[in-house]
Amino acid sequence: MRTIVYFAIGILFGITMFKSEAASWFRIYEMFQFKAFHMYGIIGSALFCGAIITYLLKKFKAKSILDGSEIVIADKASGWKRYLFGGMFFGFGWAISGACPGPMFTTLGAGFYPILVVIATATLGTFCYGLLQKHLPH
Amino acid sequence: MIEFLLQPWPWYFSGPMIAFVLFLLLWTGKTFGMSSNLRTLCAALGAGKKVSFFQFDWKAQRWNLVVALGAVVGGYIAANFLSVSTAVAISESIIAQLNSMGIQDAGQAYMPASLFSLEAFSTPKSLLILSLGGFFVGFGARYAGGCTSGHAISGLSNFQLPSLIAVIGFFIGGLFVNHFLLPYLL
Repeated sequence: MRTIVYFAIGILFGITMFKSEAASWFRIYEMFQFKAFHMYGIIGSALFCGAIITYLLKKFKAKSILDGSEIVIADKASGWKRYLFGGMFFGFGWAISGACPGPMFTTLGAGFYPILVVIATATLGTFCYGLLQKHLPH
Repeated sequence: MIEFLLQPWPWYFSGPMIAFVLFLLLWTGKTFGMSSNLRTLCAALGAGKKVSFFQFDWKAQRWNLVVALGAVVGGYIAANFLSVSTAVAISESIIAQLNSMGIQDAGQAYMPASLFSLEAFSTPKSLLILSLGGFFVGFGARYAGGCTSGHAISGLSNFQLPSLIAVIGFFIGGLFVNHFLLPYLL
């Protein structure tokens, strides 16, 4: 049952990523050139709705629909180094590959098979972070 | 309605749909963060034996891999059954710019064929670009503790300062590469 629920949410997410064109390399390129409002409109309107949703879920101490447990929206750990430096590395990769970790899976399904190289190397990059974690400023 | 859905979705429909996905994941007791899947994949492949960062109960994260699998199927459905055309109508100036950089299918395709057609598998330059991009996405997302979904959507929706710093980092890195590296790389 749970598996079906998350699978269905994933399908909706995948369709949304593809149809919004957020999974298109061209849209990411255009976004970093500031030549269209499209991506900013997507992120901005998602944030506007997301902030209302997050606020309401917290205010009414909403419970999980699946098991009745309280919904916890955790704060991010404080600090700035890991966010700034990690964010910059992520930005390098995002601008080169045009893919972030959600759309990667969507473009695979859409039949752009070389994205498998991106998924494999992104997994390798994650592994390398795990290896170096203790030596990096956080 | 069907006509509308078959066209590329406008931003004012796409954004709220992403927020709806965020809502569904929060409402079912989870979080919206896609890069966590890469860590889960590492753990599932046995990285925990060597590196403590991957020693966790990855099976408890299986729900997120199921979401990712759903995203693959969603991409298949959207590309094959929910699209009249998959050409992305980027702005004319970007089309001209990319054409001058050798990307001839800008404005006519969903992805540049030079990177995402099957020939890319046997083109060293394409493989290098894809590998470089993927590596930094995976490394950076975990270093920053999240990606576009975890920080830019979930974190900013919850007014988290760390997420704002991360998103500023995404753009510093992205703008640098887009303006100063891609013209030579592509």
